Amino acid sequence: MNELTDLTEPTTPAPAEPVAWPQDRTCPYHPPTGYDPLRDGAPLSRVTLYNGRTVWAVTGHGTARALLADARLSSDRRRDDFPMPNARFAAARERRKVALLGLDGPEHQIQRRMLIPDFTLKRATAMRPAIQRIVDGLLDRMIAQGPPADLVSAFALPVPSMVICDLLGVPYADHEFFEAQSRRLLRGPAPADSLDARDKLEAYLGDLADRKSKDEAPGDGVLDDLVHERLREGALDRDEVVSLALILLVAGHETTANMISLGTFTLLQQPERLAELRADPALVPAAVEELMRMLSIADGLLRVALEDIEVAGATIRKGDGVLFATSVINRDESVYDDPDTVDWHRPARHHVAFGFGIHQCLGQNLARTELEIVLRTLWERLPGLRLAAPPETIPCKPGDTIQGMLELPVTW
Amino acid sequence: MHIEIDTDVCVGAGQCALTAPNVFTQDDDGFSALLPGKEDGGGDPLVKEAARACPVHAITVKEPTG
Repeated sequence: MNELTDLTEPTTPAPAEPVAWPQDRTCPYHPPTGYDPLRDGAPLSRVTLYNGRTVWAVTGHGTARALLADARLSSDRRRDDFPMPNARFAAARERRKVALLGLDGPEHQIQRRMLIPDFTLKRATAMRPAIQRIVDGLLDRMIAQGPPADLVSAFALPVPSMVICDLLGVPYADHEFFEAQSRRLLRGPAPADSLDARDKLEAYLGDLADRKSKDEAPGDGVLDDLVHERLREGALDRDEVVSLALILLVAGHETTANMISLGTFTLLQQPERLAELRADPALVPAAVEELMRMLSIADGLLRVALEDIEVAGATIRKGDGVLFATSVINRDESVYDDPDTVDWHRPARHHVAFGFGIHQCLGQNLARTELEIVLRTLWERLPGLRLAAPPETIPCKPGDTIQGMLELPVTW
Repeated sequence: MHIEIDTDVCVGAGQCALTAPNVFTQDDDGFSALLPGKEDGGGDPLVKEAARACPVHAITVKEPTG
């Protein structure tokens, strides 16, 4: 398909009955079958959230790219009319402490600009040797302990966790604490757990920032810079440093961990594609993009309209909630031929798995680098890697959080 | 080919440098920049792809007229 497809999306009427959002995936690497009505070719539909609120669902690729880059849609989670995806999120909103993704305009731009030098492609490339050492070390340990193993706890989670600790200047020795709290923050089970986890993480990161501010010889982590430069010069206050550290730490390990676990599961279910990839490592960067597209682990990005927006033959009214169904957008068949099939040779790059617009993932270059190294190394070291349980018995994450595997029993 | 980068809107996503690494880079502040000697795109067919990949449309590519 070509670039013009963006301009020629149909404006056929959306399904009359709103679809419930979110739903659980049946196959971990395909959108829930319950989203099928959203895949009828119309770029806009309606979905109903957990609390009964009906919002727009953007499902067309061109419309999604246009709207995600449209300043008339706000990401400011402090707004009363911001749509809530679940009760955990709604409870956390009471705190009104947000950073980066939760902000718009100049407030967002100031924070983003402080951070982008640490997340450039160059910086990610410079981290390659350190990431490779982390990956090798974890695989050494897994191999020494012998099969079987849970790939999530032995590999998929510690890789990004160690990498983000390194980058931020957070002691990895504390990983059990912050991984457990991140899990509670993102998956509850109850809203109170999520809030308590946020409190604990904020207290931990606040203490860490205070300790760092007393360091005579500051480290070279992002958090060290925020404390010794931005906090000291008054560009950020302590709460803002903590909020930024929290989002970087949580987003930095949970997301990539899910891509590693779900990506591995997907490849083990697609032996021909895996063999192709192993035979030609030059395909790895394209495979990372294709897996990002297929898996769309962050499904359901939310915004609220600040004014009326005419789009795709409809009017999104001021105050309406808008949900970007990334798993559906990334399988728009007017852009991706045979979209449900894994294909390393398709041009997958313009997927919106990292979002689009001013909030597009800050850590995407780091995530790509980590995934490339993992895909190159995992089968090199464990050529016989396979599932240690029937695939249908391996639990994946529920639909109301970032998608991935809860555990991944493997042997080799 | 004339390439303009609006660093007022650039968010440092690095999509340009990823897509057309022989033309684009990121400067020390993380903003999109053209590599020395590649101010005209160097005839790289990926320049347009890079502009399209930019999440904030900070890159404008103009073909010479006439």
